[in-house]
Amino acid sequence: MYSEIVMDHFANPRNAGVIEDADGVGEVGNPMCGDMMTFYIKVKDDLLEDVKFQTFGCVAAIAVSSMVSEMAKGKRLVEAQQITNKSVAETLGGLPKNKMHCSNLGAEALALAIKNYREKQKKNAA
Amino acid sequence: MKRVYLDHAAATPVRREVLEAMLPYFRERFGNPSAVYDLGSEIKDALEEQREKVARLIGAHRDEVVFTSSGAEANNLAVKGVALANLKKGNHVIVSAIEHHSVLNAARYLEKFHDFEVTFLPVDKYGLVDQERLRRSLSPATLLVSIQHGSNEVGTIQNIRELAAVCREQGVIFHTDAVATAGQVPVDVQDLGVDLLTLNGPALGAPKGVGALYFRQKLRLVPQIHGGIQENGRRGGTENVPAIVGLGKAADLAREELAARAKYLSWLRDLLAAGVQERVPGVVYTGHPAQRLPGLASFCVEGIEGEALLFMLSSQGIYANTGSACASKALKTSPVLGALGIPSELAQGSVVFTFNAENSEEDINYVLYHLPLAVGRLRSFSPVWRKRTAAAVGE
Repeated sequence: MYSEIVMDHFANPRNAGVIEDADGVGEVGNPMCGDMMTFYIKVKDDLLEDVKFQTFGCVAAIAVSSMVSEMAKGKRLVEAQQITNKSVAETLGGLPKNKMHCSNLGAEALALAIKNYREKQKKNAA
Repeated sequence: MKRVYLDHAAATPVRREVLEAMLPYFRERFGNPSAVYDLGSEIKDALEEQREKVARLIGAHRDEVVFTSSGAEANNLAVKGVALANLKKGNHVIVSAIEHHSVLNAARYLEKFHDFEVTFLPVDKYGLVDQERLRRSLSPATLLVSIQHGSNEVGTIQNIRELAAVCREQGVIFHTDAVATAGQVPVDVQDLGVDLLTLNGPALGAPKGVGALYFRQKLRLVPQIHGGIQENGRRGGTENVPAIVGLGKAADLAREELAARAKYLSWLRDLLAAGVQERVPGVVYTGHPAQRLPGLASFCVEGIEGEALLFMLSSQGIYANTGSACASKALKTSPVLGALGIPSELAQGSVVFTFNAENSEEDINYVLYHLPLAVGRLRSFSPVWRKRTAAAVGE
């Protein structure tokens, strides 16, 4: 049902956790199937110095979160924003069809965290 | 790795005695029971012997048993077969909200294609159908009521005797799906007072692909599989003789072992239930606390999702089931959990363990060791659990 990469990220999620003094936080939830993801980012010199996530959901949702965190960590913000749900699924070696839209929310949660960071920056500058 | 299989409601190994009884019917005794020569008539006799055995398990007469390909087919034959054969009696069918899909969707079929009116009866928080509520739902047009005996998802056993009595008073035909209960608790059609009752082979240790429907004598049924006059014209198609022989043997074993089996399975169930309550905080035991299937323990675990939990457990060799949306093809939470009023977020954390007599105390201890670890692991990065524990600290 799931690819080996998915099972590996599920069994050993990378970067699971919370950043208490995060620079940005992004939260997404899928009301239909109930998956929920929260992404925390720490930004230094326009780089994603740290990325952590918390996820409530199925195997796919957990693997997606872990993969997104790994793909984003150390990247420039503009680069991290290039990560899409589709590229995450591809990097995971594919996801079951019915999970593509339901559990594949990690890139959105990360984008929201970056947006949250930028808004805070604007506020601080003003 | 150790393997602890606790998903017997989904599939169960064929019992050795059952398999041995079946084997001669694949090669030596392969004849068609409808054939007139001895190679056929012998098989016909064997078939009727099995009918007798199944009838004996449920206190029926052998002429009141039809063999089918599954419990699902028996449910279809009961609901659609009775409704369509008795159109003159009315066009209203009542089913409980927690029936198996084969009853729910058969009822929906009648609604959509035959202008039937269907009432889906709600259940209380334990999953019980209320007798008075059933009485109020009956109308002069009510033809058939179908309420399952025991739930394979939450374990609750209905008060079928009382529910069937209400229907009998009003001359309404009553069907019960006893797939989950047969072989675990006494199932006697006279005692229960039902007109139709569904059995499934695998639940008794027979192979997949065989089931049976009990129907009270003289009850009219339209076949759902049209063909020859097999099964007295109630079900076409050459009988699956080896599987039916398996069902007969399994029925005999179930009858002989019933009391011991019920006692043993309840003991395992209560060990697991008590252990989980003790070792995992934030767990709800679903279904009726006492009036339940001996071989089923069902929980909803807060703050985690069931499919992820099943994969965590299976990585340790433990096999269970869940009503979580994520594990269903339709991505919908089990309607049974919803009908019990369990909030959808909590229902996502559903986990169901079903035992058979081959499970041991050691199996339960193995689960009680690994389940708390798996739950703890998933909760360690669950935003839902984090919010829940933060709220608890703030209280």
